[in-house]
Amino acid sequence: MTRDEIRDVILDILEGIAPDENLDDLKDEVPFREQLELDSMDFLDIVMELRKRYRIQIPEEDYGELVSMESTVNYLEPRMKEVAK
Amino acid sequence: MYDTVIIGAGMSGLAAGIRLAYFDQKVCIVERHTTIGGLNSFYRLRGRSYDVGLHALTNYTPKGTKKGPLARLLRQLRIGWDEFALVPQIGSTIAFPDVTLSFKNDFEYFRQQVNEAFPHERDNFERLFQALVDYDDLDYTTADRSAREVVGEYLNDPYLIEMLFLPLMYYGSARENDMDFAQFCIMFRSIFCEGFARPFQGVRLILKKLSQKYRSLGGELKLRTGVSKLAIDNGRVKRVVLDDGSEILAKRVLSSAGWVETLRMCDDLPAPSRRQAGQVSFVETISSLDRMPQDFNHDQTIVFFNDSSKFHYEKPDGLVDLRSGVICSPNNYQYDEPLKEGVMRVTCLANFDRWADLPEEEYRLAKLEWYDRINGSAIRFVPDYRSYVVETDTFTPTTIQRFTWHDNGAVYGAPQKRYDGTTHLRNLFVCGTDQGFMGIVGAITSGISMANWHCLR
Repeated sequence: MTRDEIRDVILDILEGIAPDENLDDLKDEVPFREQLELDSMDFLDIVMELRKRYRIQIPEEDYGELVSMESTVNYLEPRMKEVAK
Repeated sequence: MYDTVIIGAGMSGLAAGIRLAYFDQKVCIVERHTTIGGLNSFYRLRGRSYDVGLHALTNYTPKGTKKGPLARLLRQLRIGWDEFALVPQIGSTIAFPDVTLSFKNDFEYFRQQVNEAFPHERDNFERLFQALVDYDDLDYTTADRSAREVVGEYLNDPYLIEMLFLPLMYYGSARENDMDFAQFCIMFRSIFCEGFARPFQGVRLILKKLSQKYRSLGGELKLRTGVSKLAIDNGRVKRVVLDDGSEILAKRVLSSAGWVETLRMCDDLPAPSRRQAGQVSFVETISSLDRMPQDFNHDQTIVFFNDSSKFHYEKPDGLVDLRSGVICSPNNYQYDEPLKEGVMRVTCLANFDRWADLPEEEYRLAKLEWYDRINGSAIRFVPDYRSYVVETDTFTPTTIQRFTWHDNGAVYGAPQKRYDGTTHLRNLFVCGTDQGFMGIVGAITSGISMANWHCLR
Protein backbone atom coordinates (compact mmCIF):
# COMPACT_ATOMS: atom_id res chain seq x y z
CA MET A 1 0.00 0.00 0.00
CA THR A 2 1.05 3.54 -0.65
CA ARG A 3 1.08 6.25 2.00
CA ASP A 4 -2.18 7.64 0.64
CA GLU A 5 -3.82 4.24 0.75
CA ILE A 6 -2.69 3.71 4.32
CA ARG A 7 -4.08 7.11 5.22
CA ASP A 8 -7.45 6.12 3.71
CA VAL A 9 -7.42 2.92 5.75
CA ILE A 10 -6.86 4.87 8.97
CA LEU A 11 -9.59 7.33 8.05
CA ASP A 12 -11.95 4.44 7.41
CA ILE A 13 -11.10 2.93 10.80
CA LEU A 14 -11.63 6.27 12.55
CA GLU A 15 -14.91 6.68 10.72
CA GLY A 16 -16.04 3.33 12.09
CA ILE A 17 -14.95 4.12 15.64
CA ALA A 18 -16.31 7.64 15.73
CA PRO A 19 -19.02 7.99 13.10
CA ASP A 20 -20.07 11.41 14.38
CA GLU A 21 -16.65 13.02 14.00
CA ASN A 22 -15.94 15.27 11.04
CA LEU A 23 -12.72 13.84 9.64
CA ASP A 24 -12.47 16.13 6.61
CA ASP A 25 -10.52 18.74 8.54
CA LEU A 26 -8.18 16.29 10.25
CA LYS A 27 -4.68 17.74 10.42
CA ASP A 28 -2.11 15.02 9.83
CA GLU A 29 0.64 16.47 11.99
CA VAL A 30 -1.59 17.24 15.02
CA PRO A 31 -2.17 14.45 17.56
CA PHE A 32 -5.54 12.68 17.16
CA ARG A 33 -6.17 13.29 20.83
CA GLU A 34 -6.23 17.06 20.29
CA GLN A 35 -8.68 16.90 17.41
CA LEU A 36 -10.97 14.00 18.14
CA GLU A 37 -12.79 12.83 21.24
CA LEU A 38 -10.97 9.53 21.46
CA ASP A 39 -9.91 7.85 24.66
CA SER A 40 -7.46 5.04 25.36
CA MET A 41 -10.04 2.39 24.54
CA ASP A 42 -10.58 3.94 21.12
CA PHE A 43 -6.85 3.99 20.44
CA LEU A 44 -6.66 0.32 21.20
CA ASP A 45 -9.33 -0.11 18.55
CA ILE A 46 -7.12 1.36 15.84
CA VAL A 47 -4.59 -1.35 16.68
CA MET A 48 -7.28 -4.01 16.82
CA GLU A 49 -8.83 -2.98 13.52
CA LEU A 50 -5.44 -3.14 11.78
CA ARG A 51 -4.97 -6.63 13.14
CA LYS A 52 -8.48 -7.66 12.13
CA ARG A 53 -8.29 -6.25 8.63
CA TYR A 54 -4.67 -6.74 7.60
CA ARG A 55 -3.20 -9.14 10.16
CA ILE A 56 -0.75 -6.48 11.23
CA GLN A 57 0.53 -7.00 14.77
CA ILE A 58 1.55 -3.86 16.61
CA PRO A 59 3.40 -4.55 19.84
CA GLU A 60 2.27 -2.59 22.88
CA GLU A 61 5.53 -0.66 23.16
CA ASP A 62 4.85 0.82 19.71
CA TYR A 63 1.38 2.20 20.51
CA GLY A 64 2.95 5.62 21.02
CA GLU A 65 3.77 5.72 17.29
CA LEU A 66 0.06 6.05 16.52
CA VAL A 67 -0.29 9.49 18.04
CA SER A 68 -1.13 11.42 14.88
CA MET A 69 -2.03 10.59 11.30
CA GLU A 70 1.47 11.49 10.12
CA SER A 71 3.27 9.35 12.68
CA THR A 72 0.83 6.49 12.12
CA VAL A 73 1.43 6.48 8.37
CA ASN A 74 5.21 6.74 8.93
CA TYR A 75 5.07 3.78 11.26
CA LEU A 76 2.85 1.65 9.05
CA GLU A 77 4.44 2.43 5.68
CA PRO A 78 7.26 -0.16 5.86
CA ARG A 79 4.96 -2.65 7.60
CA MET A 80 2.18 -2.38 5.04
CA LYS A 81 4.28 -2.08 1.89
CA GLU A 82 3.51 -5.66 0.89
CA VAL A 83 -0.13 -5.56 1.95
CA ALA A 84 -2.58 -5.52 -0.95
CA LYS A 85 -5.20 -2.86 -0.89
CA MET B 1 -11.72 -25.10 21.37
CA TYR B 2 -13.07 -21.61 21.97
CA ASP B 3 -10.85 -18.56 22.27
CA THR B 4 -13.05 -17.32 25.10
CA VAL B 5 -15.95 -18.80 27.03
CA ILE B 6 -18.07 -16.18 28.81
CA ILE B 7 -20.13 -17.22 31.80
CA GLY B 8 -23.43 -15.33 31.97
CA ALA B 9 -25.51 -13.61 29.29
CA GLY B 10 -26.22 -10.42 31.20
CA MET B 11 -25.30 -6.98 29.93
CA SER B 12 -21.60 -7.40 30.67
CA GLY B 13 -21.29 -10.88 29.17
CA LEU B 14 -23.09 -9.86 25.99
CA ALA B 15 -20.98 -6.72 25.63
CA ALA B 16 -17.75 -8.67 26.12
CA GLY B 17 -19.01 -11.22 23.61
CA ILE B 18 -19.63 -8.52 21.00
CA ARG B 19 -16.10 -7.16 21.39
CA LEU B 20 -14.47 -10.56 21.11
CA ALA B 21 -16.63 -11.81 18.26
CA TYR B 22 -16.08 -8.55 16.37
CA PHE B 23 -12.36 -9.13 16.56
CA ASP B 24 -12.76 -12.63 15.15
CA GLN B 25 -12.54 -14.69 18.29
CA LYS B 26 -14.49 -17.90 18.55
CA VAL B 27 -16.70 -17.09 21.51
CA CYS B 28 -19.38 -18.92 23.43
CA ILE B 29 -21.60 -17.39 26.13
CA VAL B 30 -23.12 -19.93 28.51
CA GLU B 31 -26.14 -18.85 30.57
CA ARG B 32 -27.78 -21.00 33.24
CA HIS B 33 -31.14 -19.22 33.14
CA THR B 34 -33.72 -19.76 30.42
CA THR B 35 -33.36 -16.19 29.21
CA ILE B 36 -30.71 -13.50 28.75
CA GLY B 37 -30.27 -10.34 30.78
CA GLY B 38 -29.27 -11.48 34.28
CA LEU B 39 -30.32 -8.78 36.71
CA ASN B 40 -31.62 -6.64 33.87
CA SER B 41 -34.07 -9.02 32.37
CA PHE B 42 -37.81 -9.21 31.85
CA TYR B 43 -40.56 -11.73 32.23
CA ARG B 44 -44.18 -12.24 31.21
CA LEU B 45 -46.97 -12.97 33.64
CA ARG B 46 -50.70 -13.18 32.94
CA GLY B 47 -50.29 -11.38 29.63
CA ARG B 48 -48.13 -8.52 30.89
CA SER B 49 -44.42 -7.88 30.45
CA TYR B 50 -42.38 -6.87 33.45
CA ASP B 51 -38.84 -5.54 33.62
CA VAL B 52 -36.56 -6.86 36.33
CA GLY B 53 -33.83 -4.44 37.26
CA LEU B 54 -34.03 -1.47 34.98
CA HIS B 55 -35.89 1.53 36.40
CA ALA B 56 -33.76 3.81 34.33
CA LEU B 57 -30.65 3.69 32.30
CA THR B 58 -28.23 6.04 34.03
CA ASN B 59 -25.37 7.92 32.32
CA TYR B 60 -27.77 9.27 29.70
CA THR B 61 -26.28 11.96 27.51
CA PRO B 62 -28.04 13.35 24.42
CA LYS B 63 -27.20 12.19 20.92
CA GLY B 64 -24.02 13.73 19.61
CA THR B 65 -22.31 13.88 22.99
CA LYS B 66 -18.80 12.59 22.41
CA LYS B 67 -17.59 12.27 25.95
CA GLY B 68 -18.86 10.02 28.69
CA PRO B 69 -19.54 6.34 29.27
CA LEU B 70 -22.59 6.05 27.03
CA ALA B 71 -20.82 7.54 24.01
CA ARG B 72 -17.80 5.37 24.68
CA LEU B 73 -19.72 2.12 24.89
CA LEU B 74 -21.68 2.82 21.71
CA ARG B 75 -18.38 3.44 19.89
CA GLN B 76 -16.83 0.32 21.31
CA LEU B 77 -19.80 -1.85 20.35
CA ARG B 78 -20.23 -0.16 16.94
CA ILE B 79 -23.85 0.48 17.84
CA GLY B 80 -25.54 3.61 16.55
CA TRP B 81 -26.90 6.19 18.98
CA ASP B 82 -30.48 5.71 17.81
CA GLU B 83 -30.52 1.95 18.19
CA PHE B 84 -31.13 2.03 21.95
CA ALA B 85 -33.94 4.55 21.33
CA LEU B 86 -33.31 6.22 24.68
CA VAL B 87 -35.87 8.70 25.93
CA PRO B 88 -34.84 11.09 28.74
CA GLN B 89 -36.65 11.30 32.06
CA ILE B 90 -39.08 14.04 33.06
CA GLY B 91 -37.62 14.64 36.51
CA SER B 92 -36.87 12.87 39.77
CA THR B 93 -36.66 13.69 43.45
CA ILE B 94 -34.93 12.75 46.67
CA ALA B 95 -37.60 13.08 49.35
CA PHE B 96 -36.72 13.34 53.04
CA PRO B 97 -39.11 14.55 55.76
CA ASP B 98 -37.82 18.15 55.81
CA VAL B 99 -36.20 18.62 52.42
CA THR B 100 -36.94 17.53 48.86
CA LEU B 101 -34.27 17.85 46.18
CA SER B 102 -35.29 17.58 42.54
CA PHE B 103 -33.03 16.72 39.68
CA LYS B 104 -33.26 16.39 35.92
CA ASN B 105 -30.75 15.47 33.28
CA ASP B 106 -29.12 18.83 33.91
CA PHE B 107 -26.55 19.24 36.67
CA GLU B 108 -27.01 23.01 36.85
CA TYR B 109 -30.59 22.50 38.00
CA PHE B 110 -29.54 20.10 40.74
CA ARG B 111 -26.74 22.40 41.89
CA GLN B 112 -29.31 25.17 42.37
CA GLN B 113 -31.57 22.85 44.31
CA VAL B 114 -28.74 21.92 46.66
CA ASN B 115 -27.64 25.55 47.03
CA GLU B 116 -31.17 26.68 47.90
CA ALA B 117 -31.79 23.93 50.44
CA PHE B 118 -28.29 23.93 51.91
CA PRO B 119 -26.86 27.45 51.37
CA HIS B 120 -24.29 26.89 54.14
CA GLU B 121 -22.81 24.00 52.13
CA ARG B 122 -22.53 25.88 48.82
CA ASP B 123 -18.74 26.09 48.67
CA ASN B 124 -18.21 22.63 50.11
CA PHE B 125 -20.59 21.07 47.61
CA GLU B 126 -18.73 22.85 44.82
CA ARG B 127 -15.39 21.44 45.98
CA LEU B 128 -16.85 17.95 46.26
CA PHE B 129 -18.26 18.28 42.76
CA GLN B 130 -14.85 19.27 41.37
CA ALA B 131 -13.24 16.25 43.02
CA LEU B 132 -15.91 14.00 41.52
CA VAL B 133 -15.67 15.26 37.96
CA ASP B 134 -11.89 14.99 38.01
CA TYR B 135 -11.96 11.40 39.19
CA ASP B 136 -10.75 8.94 36.53
CA ASP B 137 -13.13 5.98 36.49
CA LEU B 138 -10.57 3.70 34.90
CA ASP B 139 -8.02 4.43 37.62
CA TYR B 140 -8.41 1.67 40.16
CA THR B 141 -5.68 2.65 42.63
CA THR B 142 -7.74 4.57 45.20
CA ALA B 143 -10.98 3.01 44.17
CA ASP B 144 -12.01 1.32 47.40
CA ARG B 145 -11.63 4.20 49.87
CA SER B 146 -14.74 4.74 51.97
CA ALA B 147 -16.98 7.24 50.21
CA ARG B 148 -18.46 8.35 53.55
CA GLU B 149 -14.98 9.20 54.73
CA VAL B 150 -14.08 11.16 51.59
CA VAL B 151 -17.43 12.96 51.33
CA GLY B 152 -17.18 13.77 55.06
CA GLU B 153 -13.97 15.66 54.30
CA TYR B 154 -15.92 18.01 52.04
CA LEU B 155 -19.44 18.30 53.49
CA ASN B 156 -20.50 19.07 57.05
CA ASP B 157 -24.28 18.80 57.03
CA PRO B 158 -25.23 15.14 57.66
CA TYR B 159 -28.70 15.75 56.21
CA LEU B 160 -27.25 16.66 52.80
CA ILE B 161 -24.82 13.75 52.96
CA GLU B 162 -27.65 11.28 53.60
CA MET B 163 -29.70 12.78 50.77
CA LEU B 164 -26.83 12.43 48.30
CA PHE B 165 -26.10 8.87 49.33
CA LEU B 166 -29.71 7.68 49.05
CA PRO B 167 -30.05 7.42 45.25
CA LEU B 168 -26.41 6.52 44.70
CA MET B 169 -26.56 3.60 47.10
CA TYR B 170 -29.90 2.31 45.88
CA TYR B 171 -28.64 2.35 42.31
CA GLY B 172 -25.29 0.78 42.88
CA SER B 173 -23.84 0.01 46.27
CA ALA B 174 -22.95 -3.54 47.18
CA ARG B 175 -21.62 -2.33 50.53
CA GLU B 176 -23.98 -1.74 53.42
CA ASN B 177 -24.11 1.87 54.67
CA ASP B 178 -21.13 2.93 52.57
CA MET B 179 -19.72 2.80 49.05
CA ASP B 180 -16.32 2.61 47.49
CA PHE B 181 -15.34 6.16 46.60
CA ALA B 182 -14.94 5.07 42.97
CA GLN B 183 -18.54 3.85 42.98
CA PHE B 184 -19.68 7.10 44.54
CA CYS B 185 -18.00 9.16 41.81
CA ILE B 186 -19.29 6.99 39.02
CA MET B 187 -22.82 6.92 40.41
CA PHE B 188 -22.87 10.64 41.20
CA ARG B 189 -21.88 11.53 37.67
CA SER B 190 -24.17 8.95 36.09
CA ILE B 191 -27.23 10.14 38.04
CA PHE B 192 -26.76 13.86 38.75
CA CYS B 193 -24.43 15.03 35.96
CA GLU B 194 -25.64 12.78 33.15
CA GLY B 195 -29.06 11.39 33.91
CA PHE B 196 -31.87 8.91 33.40
CA ALA B 197 -33.37 7.54 30.22
CA ARG B 198 -35.33 4.51 29.13
CA PRO B 199 -36.23 2.95 25.80
CA PHE B 200 -39.97 3.03 25.11
CA GLN B 201 -39.91 -0.76 24.92
CA GLY B 202 -37.95 -1.13 28.15
CA VAL B 203 -34.90 -3.20 28.84
CA ARG B 204 -35.79 -5.87 26.29
CA LEU B 205 -34.91 -3.49 23.47
CA ILE B 206 -31.36 -3.09 24.74
CA LEU B 207 -31.02 -6.83 25.28
CA LYS B 208 -32.38 -7.53 21.83
CA LYS B 209 -29.89 -5.14 20.23
CA LEU B 210 -26.97 -6.64 22.12
CA SER B 211 -27.87 -10.25 21.42
CA GLN B 212 -28.59 -9.52 17.74
CA LYS B 213 -25.27 -7.79 17.36
CA TYR B 214 -23.47 -10.63 19.12
CA ARG B 215 -25.07 -13.32 16.96
CA SER B 216 -24.56 -11.37 13.75
CA LEU B 217 -20.83 -11.41 14.48
CA GLY B 218 -20.86 -15.19 14.80
CA GLY B 219 -21.01 -15.45 18.59
CA GLU B 220 -22.60 -18.54 20.11
CA LEU B 221 -25.09 -18.34 22.96
CA LYS B 222 -26.20 -21.35 24.98
CA LEU B 223 -29.16 -20.84 27.35
CA ARG B 224 -30.09 -23.34 30.09
CA THR B 225 -26.39 -24.11 30.26
CA GLY B 226 -24.90 -23.63 33.70
CA VAL B 227 -21.24 -24.14 34.52
CA SER B 228 -20.84 -26.59 37.38
CA LYS B 229 -17.07 -26.64 37.55
CA LEU B 230 -13.91 -25.14 36.15
CA ALA B 231 -11.27 -27.88 36.06
CA ILE B 232 -7.93 -26.32 36.98
CA ASP B 233 -4.51 -27.60 36.04
CA ASN B 234 -1.24 -25.84 36.64
CA GLY B 235 -2.74 -22.41 37.34
CA ARG B 236 -5.03 -22.45 34.34
CA VAL B 237 -8.61 -23.34 33.58
CA LYS B 238 -8.29 -26.50 31.50
CA ARG B 239 -11.93 -27.49 31.00
CA VAL B 240 -15.31 -25.89 31.54
CA VAL B 241 -17.67 -28.54 32.95
CA LEU B 242 -21.36 -27.90 32.38
CA ASP B 243 -24.32 -28.83 34.57
CA ASP B 244 -25.19 -31.77 32.32
CA GLY B 245 -21.68 -33.18 32.71
CA SER B 246 -20.47 -32.29 29.23
CA GLU B 247 -17.29 -30.25 28.83
CA ILE B 248 -16.11 -27.43 26.65
CA LEU B 249 -12.58 -26.21 26.11
CA ALA B 250 -11.46 -22.61 26.00
CA LYS B 251 -8.20 -20.71 25.96
CA ARG B 252 -9.65 -18.38 28.57
CA VAL B 253 -12.77 -17.84 30.62
CA LEU B 254 -14.43 -14.52 31.41
CA SER B 255 -16.99 -14.90 34.17
CA SER B 256 -19.80 -12.51 35.01
CA ALA B 257 -21.21 -14.96 37.54
CA GLY B 258 -19.93 -13.00 40.53
CA TRP B 259 -16.72 -13.23 42.52
CA VAL B 260 -17.67 -15.80 45.15
CA GLU B 261 -19.81 -17.65 42.63
CA THR B 262 -16.89 -17.90 40.19
CA LEU B 263 -14.37 -19.04 42.80
CA ARG B 264 -16.80 -21.73 43.89
CA MET B 265 -16.61 -23.22 40.39
CA CYS B 266 -12.83 -23.59 40.59
CA ASP B 267 -11.94 -27.13 41.65
CA ASP B 268 -8.57 -26.10 43.08
CA LEU B 269 -10.10 -24.03 45.91
CA PRO B 270 -12.11 -24.85 49.00
CA ALA B 271 -15.68 -23.64 48.51
CA PRO B 272 -15.89 -19.97 49.60
CA SER B 273 -18.52 -19.06 52.15
CA ARG B 274 -21.82 -17.47 51.24
CA ARG B 275 -21.00 -14.80 53.82
CA GLN B 276 -18.37 -13.26 51.54
CA ALA B 277 -21.10 -12.49 49.05
CA GLY B 278 -23.12 -9.29 49.23
CA GLN B 279 -25.99 -8.80 51.66
CA VAL B 280 -27.89 -6.08 49.85
CA SER B 281 -31.05 -7.29 48.24
CA PHE B 282 -34.38 -5.82 47.27
CA VAL B 283 -38.04 -6.56 47.08
CA GLU B 284 -40.03 -4.81 44.40
CA THR B 285 -43.75 -4.42 43.88
CA ILE B 286 -45.12 -3.63 40.46
CA SER B 287 -48.60 -2.18 40.14
CA SER B 288 -50.38 -1.88 36.81
CA LEU B 289 -52.92 0.94 36.87
CA ASP B 290 -56.15 1.80 35.04
CA ARG B 291 -54.78 5.28 34.27
CA MET B 292 -51.53 7.08 33.72
CA PRO B 293 -49.57 8.49 36.69
CA GLN B 294 -49.88 11.96 35.19
CA ASP B 295 -53.68 11.61 35.39
CA PHE B 296 -53.36 11.79 39.18
CA ASN B 297 -50.70 14.49 39.05
CA HIS B 298 -47.71 12.28 39.48
CA ASP B 299 -45.11 13.25 36.89
CA GLN B 300 -41.93 12.22 38.69
CA THR B 301 -39.81 9.59 36.98
CA ILE B 302 -38.14 8.30 40.14
CA VAL B 303 -38.76 9.25 43.77
CA PHE B 304 -36.08 8.18 46.25
CA PHE B 305 -37.64 8.40 49.70
CA ASN B 306 -36.47 8.14 53.28
CA ASP B 307 -38.70 8.85 56.26
CA SER B 308 -36.15 10.16 58.76
CA SER B 309 -32.97 12.22 58.78
CA LYS B 310 -30.79 9.11 58.79
CA PHE B 311 -30.67 6.74 55.83
CA HIS B 312 -30.06 3.07 56.66
CA TYR B 313 -28.74 1.11 53.72
CA GLU B 314 -28.40 -2.35 55.16
CA LYS B 315 -29.91 -5.79 55.26
CA PRO B 316 -33.01 -5.44 57.47
CA ASP B 317 -33.74 -7.79 60.36
CA GLY B 318 -37.25 -8.36 59.10
CA LEU B 319 -38.37 -9.30 55.61
CA VAL B 320 -38.44 -5.71 54.34
CA ASP B 321 -37.25 -2.28 55.48
CA LEU B 322 -40.10 0.19 54.91
CA ARG B 323 -38.21 3.29 56.00
CA SER B 324 -36.74 4.05 52.58
CA GLY B 325 -37.29 3.04 49.00
CA VAL B 326 -37.45 3.93 45.34
CA ILE B 327 -40.67 4.65 43.47
CA CYS B 328 -40.38 4.44 39.71
CA SER B 329 -42.97 5.28 37.08
CA PRO B 330 -41.77 4.02 33.71
CA ASN B 331 -44.47 6.21 32.15
CA ASN B 332 -42.75 9.40 33.20
CA TYR B 333 -40.21 9.68 30.42
CA GLN B 334 -40.50 12.12 27.54
CA TYR B 335 -41.98 9.61 25.08
CA ASP B 336 -43.73 10.72 21.90
CA GLU B 337 -46.67 8.46 22.71
CA PRO B 338 -47.85 7.07 26.05
CA LEU B 339 -47.06 3.56 27.26
CA LYS B 340 -49.95 1.13 27.08
CA GLU B 341 -50.57 1.22 30.81
CA GLY B 342 -49.71 3.19 33.93
CA VAL B 343 -47.20 1.48 36.19
CA MET B 344 -45.83 2.19 39.66
CA ARG B 345 -42.83 0.19 40.85
CA VAL B 346 -41.63 0.38 44.44
CA THR B 347 -38.30 -1.05 45.59
CA CYS B 348 -37.26 -1.55 49.22
CA LEU B 349 -34.36 -3.21 51.01
CA ALA B 350 -35.06 -6.83 51.93
CA ASN B 351 -33.52 -9.73 53.78
CA PHE B 352 -32.67 -12.69 51.53
CA ASP B 353 -32.51 -15.31 54.29
CA ARG B 354 -35.89 -14.40 55.70
CA TRP B 355 -37.53 -14.71 52.27
CA ALA B 356 -35.63 -17.87 51.36
CA ASP B 357 -36.63 -19.56 54.62
CA LEU B 358 -40.36 -19.16 54.02
CA PRO B 359 -42.26 -22.32 53.02
CA GLU B 360 -44.06 -21.93 49.71
CA GLU B 361 -47.49 -21.04 51.03
CA GLU B 362 -46.12 -18.54 53.54
CA TYR B 363 -43.92 -17.02 50.85
CA ARG B 364 -46.98 -16.43 48.70
CA LEU B 365 -48.86 -14.84 51.60
CA ALA B 366 -45.84 -12.75 52.61
CA LYS B 367 -45.68 -11.33 49.10
CA LEU B 368 -49.31 -10.22 49.40
CA GLU B 369 -48.89 -8.80 52.88
CA TRP B 370 -45.73 -6.90 51.99
CA TYR B 371 -47.22 -5.65 48.74
CA ASP B 372 -49.75 -3.78 50.89
CA ARG B 373 -47.24 -2.54 53.42
CA ILE B 374 -44.67 -1.40 50.82
CA ASN B 375 -47.24 0.55 48.83
CA GLY B 376 -48.67 1.97 52.04
CA SER B 377 -45.17 3.25 52.77
CA ALA B 378 -44.69 4.68 49.28
CA ILE B 379 -47.88 6.75 49.24
CA ARG B 380 -46.40 8.92 51.98
CA PHE B 381 -44.27 10.41 49.19
CA VAL B 382 -46.45 10.22 46.05
CA PRO B 383 -50.21 10.60 45.43
CA ASP B 384 -52.20 7.58 46.59
CA TYR B 385 -52.66 5.37 43.52
CA ARG B 386 -53.88 2.25 45.28
CA SER B 387 -57.50 2.43 44.09
CA TYR B 388 -56.32 2.49 40.43
CA VAL B 389 -54.45 -0.79 40.61
CA VAL B 390 -55.65 -3.50 38.21
CA GLU B 391 -52.84 -6.03 38.50
CA THR B 392 -49.81 -6.55 40.72
CA ASP B 393 -46.72 -8.62 40.97
CA THR B 394 -43.96 -8.69 43.56
CA PHE B 395 -40.45 -9.97 43.17
CA THR B 396 -38.24 -10.77 46.10
CA PRO B 397 -34.57 -11.55 46.86
CA THR B 398 -35.20 -15.16 45.86
CA THR B 399 -36.44 -14.01 42.45
CA ILE B 400 -33.28 -11.94 42.06
CA GLN B 401 -31.24 -14.99 42.94
CA ARG B 402 -33.01 -16.98 40.23
CA PHE B 403 -32.18 -14.39 37.58
CA THR B 404 -28.64 -13.56 38.69
CA TRP B 405 -27.57 -16.74 40.48
CA HIS B 406 -25.94 -14.39 43.01
CA ASP B 407 -25.59 -15.73 46.54
CA ASN B 408 -28.09 -14.03 48.86
CA GLY B 409 -29.86 -12.53 45.83
CA ALA B 410 -27.26 -9.78 46.16
CA VAL B 411 -28.35 -7.26 43.53
CA TYR B 412 -25.02 -5.52 43.29
CA GLY B 413 -22.85 -8.53 44.08
CA ALA B 414 -20.01 -8.69 46.56
CA PRO B 415 -18.94 -5.67 48.63
CA GLN B 416 -15.30 -6.18 47.69
CA LYS B 417 -14.84 -5.41 43.99
CA ARG B 418 -12.14 -6.80 41.72
CA TYR B 419 -11.43 -3.67 39.75
CA ASP B 420 -8.63 -5.23 37.71
CA GLY B 421 -10.72 -8.30 36.86
CA THR B 422 -7.96 -10.79 37.61
CA THR B 423 -8.19 -14.00 39.64
CA HIS B 424 -5.63 -16.47 40.99
CA LEU B 425 -5.66 -18.17 37.58
CA ARG B 426 -3.84 -16.88 34.52
CA ASN B 427 -6.72 -17.44 32.13
CA LEU B 428 -9.75 -16.70 34.30
CA PHE B 429 -11.10 -13.16 34.59
CA VAL B 430 -14.23 -11.57 36.01
CA CYS B 431 -16.53 -8.90 34.60
CA GLY B 432 -19.93 -7.53 35.54
CA THR B 433 -21.11 -6.35 38.96
CA ASP B 434 -18.25 -7.88 40.90
CA GLN B 435 -15.63 -6.28 38.70
CA GLY B 436 -17.02 -2.98 39.78
CA PHE B 437 -19.17 -0.98 37.37
CA MET B 438 -22.86 -0.61 38.16
CA GLY B 439 -26.01 0.00 36.22
CA ILE B 440 -26.63 -0.99 32.63
CA VAL B 441 -24.04 1.34 31.17
CA GLY B 442 -21.61 0.26 33.89
CA ALA B 443 -22.19 -3.43 33.24
CA ILE B 444 -21.70 -2.99 29.51
CA THR B 445 -18.55 -0.94 30.14
CA SER B 446 -17.26 -3.66 32.44
CA GLY B 447 -17.71 -6.33 29.76
CA ILE B 448 -16.01 -4.15 27.18
CA SER B 449 -13.04 -3.13 29.31
CA MET B 450 -12.35 -6.61 30.66
CA ALA B 451 -12.60 -8.07 27.15
CA ASN B 452 -10.19 -5.41 25.88
CA TRP B 453 -7.80 -5.72 28.74
CA HIS B 454 -7.60 -9.46 29.27
CA CYS B 455 -8.91 -11.16 26.15
CA LEU B 456 -7.84 -9.03 23.19
CA ARG B 457 -4.23 -8.14 23.96
